[in-house]
Amino acid sequence: MRYIEPHAHMVSRVTDDYAAMATAGCQAVCEPAFWAGFDRGGAQGFHDYFRQLTDYEPKRAAKFGLPHYAWLCINPKEAEDMKLADEVLAMIPEFLEESNVLGIGEIGLNKNTRNEMAVLEKHVDLAARHGQLILVHTPHLEDKFKGTRLILDLLAADGRLDPGRVIIDHAEEHTLPLILEAGFWAGITLYPESKCTPARAIDMLEVHGQERVWLNSACDWGRSDPLAVPRTALEMRKRGHSPEVIDRLLFENPKRFLAQCPKFHL
Amino acid sequence: MRRDQVLDHYFLEARSKLIDLAAFLDRLERADGEEDFRAAAFRRACEELLSAQPERAKRILLAFSDLSTELAKAPGGPACGAS
Repeated sequence: MRYIEPHAHMVSRVTDDYAAMATAGCQAVCEPAFWAGFDRGGAQGFHDYFRQLTDYEPKRAAKFGLPHYAWLCINPKEAEDMKLADEVLAMIPEFLEESNVLGIGEIGLNKNTRNEMAVLEKHVDLAARHGQLILVHTPHLEDKFKGTRLILDLLAADGRLDPGRVIIDHAEEHTLPLILEAGFWAGITLYPESKCTPARAIDMLEVHGQERVWLNSACDWGRSDPLAVPRTALEMRKRGHSPEVIDRLLFENPKRFLAQCPKFHL
Repeated sequence: MRRDQVLDHYFLEARSKLIDLAAFLDRLERADGEEDFRAAAFRRACEELLSAQPERAKRILLAFSDLSTELAKAPGGPACGAS
């Protein structure tokens, strides 16, 4: 089988994970900028992180024949500090020209605060002015439903955006229909505890269709599985889904969305 | 999938998870101290399991969700799973 891992935080994974993903049929890995598990000391920390995402990590992936792509932003958790957010936003344009940068992400909300909303709006403006794809993170657990609705309202209010160039990630049963009905792409994240299991993900696709959906592992430094996407393919086979349906969902769908950026090629 | 196939594939796993939930409630009951809002939300959500209505997973997620619409004034701690 072949698949694309469209959302993985490889900077926090070991090199053996690249080997396992390539062995399982991964054709490309995409890495959005995110929270490091602790708040960085200043904007210089983000500059170093963006260099890691655009220079070092692609070389590590290339050792296993994996193209590596990146998304840039200041994550919503650290965006609560608006001075820091402005400094990081100002440095992003210099990295947008890098050959592996696909767009702005993963932006969004964490605790649904005023500051987070203000910085989200600035990221959306940056993406619109530079013609970038957008990858949106939705909040965790009890904050997800409210945050997803706030994000959808904010995106819908910006007339410059094409919903087909925006993916809203970490959708679950109570948010997926909202995202799809608004015309956006939706991401479903496969986690061992929070977010979604493979069985629930397939349930959602059987109910709502898979036209504008991708699946991802969002593997990071927490409990997560870098092989969650191919394990979901196994679950689909158990249910009798054909190899063509699995390929369309796990390879063709992310390729169709990501290839809207001319830098993405396999 | 037909219903018998769903049962073949998922019954044992679902049975195991249900027993885990029962054991969690027993553990909670045996423990000392007061319950908080999470236990109350959990008990409300459990009622959805036996509902005859479809979309149980969606309704359980909504039972654990913050349904307010106003923006938070200050950052809180990490999400804990119930509002």
